[in-house]
Amino acid sequence: MMMSKIVRTISNLLLPFILTYGIYVILHGHLTPGGGFQGGAVFASGIALFIVAFGSYNIQKNLKEHHLSILESSGALLFIGLAFGGIAIVFFYNFLVGSPILGHIPPSGSNPGDIWTGGVIPLMSIAVGLKVIAGLSVIVLVMALASSKTEIEE
Amino acid sequence: MRRTTAAIFLGIIIALLIATALLIHPFGYPPSQMDDYIIENAQSETGTNNIVTSVVFDYRGFDTLGEATILFTAVTGVVMLFRKKKEETAK
Repeated sequence: MMMSKIVRTISNLLLPFILTYGIYVILHGHLTPGGGFQGGAVFASGIALFIVAFGSYNIQKNLKEHHLSILESSGALLFIGLAFGGIAIVFFYNFLVGSPILGHIPPSGSNPGDIWTGGVIPLMSIAVGLKVIAGLSVIVLVMALASSKTEIEE
Repeated sequence: MRRTTAAIFLGIIIALLIATALLIHPFGYPPSQMDDYIIENAQSETGTNNIVTSVVFDYRGFDTLGEATILFTAVTGVVMLFRKKKEETAK
């Protein structure tokens, strides 16, 4: 089922901003409020808007369930792999702090911050973000498909 | 008879709950060393300006792993509940 032309146009206009904001919240999780879960929820709500506006059957042609499940599994594997990366000291040890990759340590106290800090935390944020994006999108997509199917049958 | 027994047990449970609520130690007491340690050392230990994220992904990373597992289980349940039946895919 498709919504009216007004809703479709407005959601087309809004969608890039919503998705960009979600990605921004995920990538800046170690500097600003937010992180993987919150940014993923923002991104997935954008996808939910898309599904509501354009109808689940039109979305399903481009957004397949098994692609999203691959995305979710890769996010989980990346998260656990990063957790096992510090297993030499302790599980979930932040082994990248002080190294040339993402290891710059900011001065203590309040400061604007640098994206190139945080060790494994930004990477874990991205992993959890992928997981939440894929998970919540799959939930919304599958439920919308099921409800539209019963509508057609009735 | 059963109703009076149930009422007596309910009264005992309510009294115990109220007693526990009155005897519980006040909020924030005894003061914990953990929050001060994290506020002082999070930036130098994890290199993260957002201390909440450093707690979520570093100090309490195992907790986040459990949260991610809960999400995974929820998604698996929803997809299994709304899966296509065999005769529908054959159509």
